[in-house]
Amino acid sequence: MSSPQWLVDRRSAAVHADQFAMPSSEEEVWRYSRVAELDLNDWTPVVDRSEGVPVEAAALLESLGHLAGAVVVRNGAVVASRIDDALAAKGVYVGSLVDGPDAQTSLGVVAEGGPDVFGRLNDANFLDGVLVHVPAGVTVEAPVAIIDWVDLDGAAVYPRLVVRVGADADVRVLDWHGSADIAAFVSPLVELDVDRAGRLSYGNVQLRGPRVWQIASQVSRVLNDGTLNASHAGLGCDYGRMRTDCELLGRGATGNLSAVYFGTGSQTLDFRTFQHHAAPDTNSNLLFKGAVGGQSRSIYTGLIRVEKDARGTNAFQTNRNLKLSDTAWAESVPNLEIETNDVKCSHASTVGPVDEEQVFYLESRGVPTEIAERLIVAGFFDEVLEEFPVAAAVPLIATAIDERLDAGVNS
Amino acid sequence: MGELRIQGLTAEVAGRQILNGVDLVVKSGEVHAVMGPNGAGKSTLSHVLMGKPGYTVTGGSVTIDGIDLLSLPTYERAKAGLFLAMQYPVEVPGVSLEELLTEALSAQGRDASVVHAAVASEAERIGLATRLLNRPVNVDLSGGEKKRNETMQLAVLRPKFAILDELDSGLDVDALRACSRRVEEATTEFDLGVLAITHYSRLLEELKPDVVHILAQGRIVSSGGPELADELERTGYAEWVEEDAPAAAAVDPFADPFADPFA
Repeated sequence: MSSPQWLVDRRSAAVHADQFAMPSSEEEVWRYSRVAELDLNDWTPVVDRSEGVPVEAAALLESLGHLAGAVVVRNGAVVASRIDDALAAKGVYVGSLVDGPDAQTSLGVVAEGGPDVFGRLNDANFLDGVLVHVPAGVTVEAPVAIIDWVDLDGAAVYPRLVVRVGADADVRVLDWHGSADIAAFVSPLVELDVDRAGRLSYGNVQLRGPRVWQIASQVSRVLNDGTLNASHAGLGCDYGRMRTDCELLGRGATGNLSAVYFGTGSQTLDFRTFQHHAAPDTNSNLLFKGAVGGQSRSIYTGLIRVEKDARGTNAFQTNRNLKLSDTAWAESVPNLEIETNDVKCSHASTVGPVDEEQVFYLESRGVPTEIAERLIVAGFFDEVLEEFPVAAAVPLIATAIDERLDAGVNS
Repeated sequence: MGELRIQGLTAEVAGRQILNGVDLVVKSGEVHAVMGPNGAGKSTLSHVLMGKPGYTVTGGSVTIDGIDLLSLPTYERAKAGLFLAMQYPVEVPGVSLEELLTEALSAQGRDASVVHAAVASEAERIGLATRLLNRPVNVDLSGGEKKRNETMQLAVLRPKFAILDELDSGLDVDALRACSRRVEEATTEFDLGVLAITHYSRLLEELKPDVVHILAQGRIVSSGGPELADELERTGYAEWVEEDAPAAAAVDPFADPFADPFA
């Protein structure tokens, strides 16, 4: 399979733009990041297409139960895809982007060039891209799953996903980022496009191996009365970064953003969020909850921006962090930028150890200290996991959290 | 016949001595009320017995059937047979009641398979609505529901000795009756010994004390039969509060149940 000419042209346009200067951690949005450690010359962009579905990806799909559609991406190449016949007949598409409907016009509609240099790198280097397209008025009952797998040591991989939800359409998508235990640089760009009164629930699980560097971007736009629920579980990687840009462009649009993250060892998990209210009566609710153990670090910075004519906006932003060891470190910086008076806005952020009062309460009933702390930490994530868009993924996330707790987080 | 023995117990909080030598012996099946004015050290006593962080024991001993409690971590005190019904039960988001009780019984090497049935039957006995049992521990429960929940857990865990820290505070008449009656029944049902710490005597209408102690200035200043509680009801604590009483005001670093746990 070779790329169509328009895509070849598009890539080379991006390459010739010569915009690949690395950002500096002097910039606010890169503050505390580890971008200074990155040298793209250390990584080889994937040229040859991988083939075959990795056994791990097959097992994952198996464990997710009934799916309306599924795609397996290996080192940036789509190696398998399927969709319910009945849904295909209604115009639903799940598969390689270039083969999908309106491929050329879909790409970059939400995130032309991406929000930073890594978006442009993705534009220039992505291999296939995945498209999930749900036409107006169609409800997809079962979830759609994408398994994005990386198992090529030393590779630079640029996964691309476009999810397009038509007017009054409804779909849930699980985007699973996994890898073998290899060293790789991965920079996914996800575009979520929700048309009028459309409903998209998007769950992203980042469980790549401990030697992977990932710098991801998720850009979404929501039109009038549309609803986006986007959840993230950030668990893997040596350095795992996700930038979220949620653009509420139509009146009555809603964007709910949530995340759980859990750092151990020497991991760094890095989150930057932008809730952008550009229309009246728009709602956004953000809840990011994380724990850091070992010598791991987490960074959360968030900005709520409310434009002048976005009256009647409700915007909330909460970031809570549990610090499980003395050597772990969590930074939390919430921000508001509001240009109208008619808004309800709040932000809250906390960093602290497991609540001593809660531990004492459980201990007073006879629960040993270590188990009490485990119960509390696992329970801390519950309110996010309960709302995770694809319920079948929740036990898998909970297991990954348990493994981290088992491994010991105190030192 | 078991025995909770407190001898010469002294303790301080934030460098200030609150308990000045408490002596008490509670035997299985007995109910002892510890009454006292605000700031007498009542809550400190209950917290020190259970081993709450933030308190420093400076002298004395506490044993259950000869086992030294003060050298044990909190959960092992529970294993030794001590239970504390808290004045302000803490909300523990994400942890279910059954999870809590199952872990508690398992850790003590007891049969945890009974938890579900025991919770159901005890909740019914104490009038705790079934729908509340599926919530995370204490989350969004009213004050009265929390106290019923404490009493219900006591009944499921069947400790040897229970400290009730102001069980009556914030309780309506019905809940007070349900809770105190359940504890009273436990004294014969599984020979529970009770140390009921309270400011008011209304708890003692259903829960009949064998002995009433008055705690003031961090020590037991008087002990007697149930009539002592009646007398206090009439006369109040004025007799026991000395001029320097404010100095003994409780300095409890954890007193605010609504404080931001991450602050």
